[in-house]
Amino acid sequence: MSTQPEAPRFPFPPSPVPYSPGPEMRELMAKCPVAKVRLPDDSMAWLVTGFDETREVTIDQRYSRALVFAPGRQVYGMEAALAVSLIAMDPPAHTRLRKLMAGAFTDKRIQALRPEVTRIVDDLIDAMLAGPRPADLSRSFSLMLPASVICALLGVPIADVDLFHEWSNALSGDWSRSGDEIAEAYAAMIGYMSEQIARKRKAPEDDLISVLINARDSGDKLSEDELVQLCIQLLAAGYETTANSINMSFVALCQNPGELARLRADPELIPAAVEELVRYVIISGSGFIPMARITREEVCLGGVTIPAGETVLPSFNVANRDPAVFDDPDRLDVGRAPKAHLGFGVGAHHCLGAQLARMELQEAFRGLLTRLPGLRMTVPMSELEFRAGQAIASMRELPVTWDDA
Amino acid sequence: MTWRVTVDTGLCISSGMCVGTAPTRFRFDESGHSSPVRELTEPDDQVRDAAVSCPVEAILLTDAETGHPVTLDD
Repeated sequence: MSTQPEAPRFPFPPSPVPYSPGPEMRELMAKCPVAKVRLPDDSMAWLVTGFDETREVTIDQRYSRALVFAPGRQVYGMEAALAVSLIAMDPPAHTRLRKLMAGAFTDKRIQALRPEVTRIVDDLIDAMLAGPRPADLSRSFSLMLPASVICALLGVPIADVDLFHEWSNALSGDWSRSGDEIAEAYAAMIGYMSEQIARKRKAPEDDLISVLINARDSGDKLSEDELVQLCIQLLAAGYETTANSINMSFVALCQNPGELARLRADPELIPAAVEELVRYVIISGSGFIPMARITREEVCLGGVTIPAGETVLPSFNVANRDPAVFDDPDRLDVGRAPKAHLGFGVGAHHCLGAQLARMELQEAFRGLLTRLPGLRMTVPMSELEFRAGQAIASMRELPVTWDDA
Repeated sequence: MTWRVTVDTGLCISSGMCVGTAPTRFRFDESGHSSPVRELTEPDDQVRDAAVSCPVEAILLTDAETGHPVTLDD
């Protein structure tokens, strides 16, 4: 028997291919789907990379999200912002709030929004066509599309997008962020959202904030605090993820020119391609600690016994590369037969906006690939810069150009 | 009243909302789709919550005797 090797430090260094697992992660994936790692504060955790094990951790209620936020625990400075959020709750407390919003994000409702999203895509591309080349795809398109959509859904002015961006950058921080910086951004967001709510309480509109106000004022289904929180979370969760998914997916396609050409030649493949890109592309920042769970009792996971009270880290996008579930998982195949993946998580915390994100990504790529001929990056992937300390990989810019029509 | 719980596997996207929300009421079948643990049940808030929370409205609750849909409002 060899001696027990020391647990590796997590998070791992940035992967050389930002949308794929790096060498340290691959070693664990191959050797042990449930592995012990050491976190920046020197505490220990169990990193889960297998598909079945990740699904189990996320669905089984013996793994608690709420306990992560129990008093005295350090959650990389985000306690204030997260302790009262949906992602810090377990069923049934979580269910009570989640179901208030479920109706606004069902597939039926999202498909009804598609023409509006198509129009936003076309407007953004018109502006790109009228502007200079190279352009910054991130700023001129990837961020503006989901920001415009979530602002329209919530009923807040898109003119405030720079504010949201600043707050969201602070709030989606990692271990390197100071608690003060996050608390300040959070307080600003509470102030902003409280004003929006007061305005809509006087004059309700056909938007999600008004729906939630009505659930509070007519149905007493949530507290005033919860109302403000939910609105903030919808705004904060609504675009950084989608924006960087568009950016990173485009980079992944550029690195796989055969697949990009295949998609251009056959736009009918776009829905399948989006599903494949969500499976394949990792959008977490390099410093990201996955959405941890704490074991409520001793559990057995993938043959490993984990005592009660330990931190477990499910890694959805890494689990999406599990060869036991996906054939040739490291190959990007825009025509891959549909199969359930974990790109939007699974279980009670499955992404509320999953159907919206799918539809936005479909319309984004339909627009980009059909209206901007030969759209391509103007810098090599190695020159892309990412904002430091972000939970979601946030590109500083994504310079692109295209051919004349 | 007794409810009949059915999952439309043509709609199901395997989000696991129901399995995570009501783990004693729903499970994944071998194809990865949701499936009710018991097709017939007494009226139950967890089952209703799971149906309300499903992102593709794939969970259908009906009155087992009449076949009429069960209202999902609280």
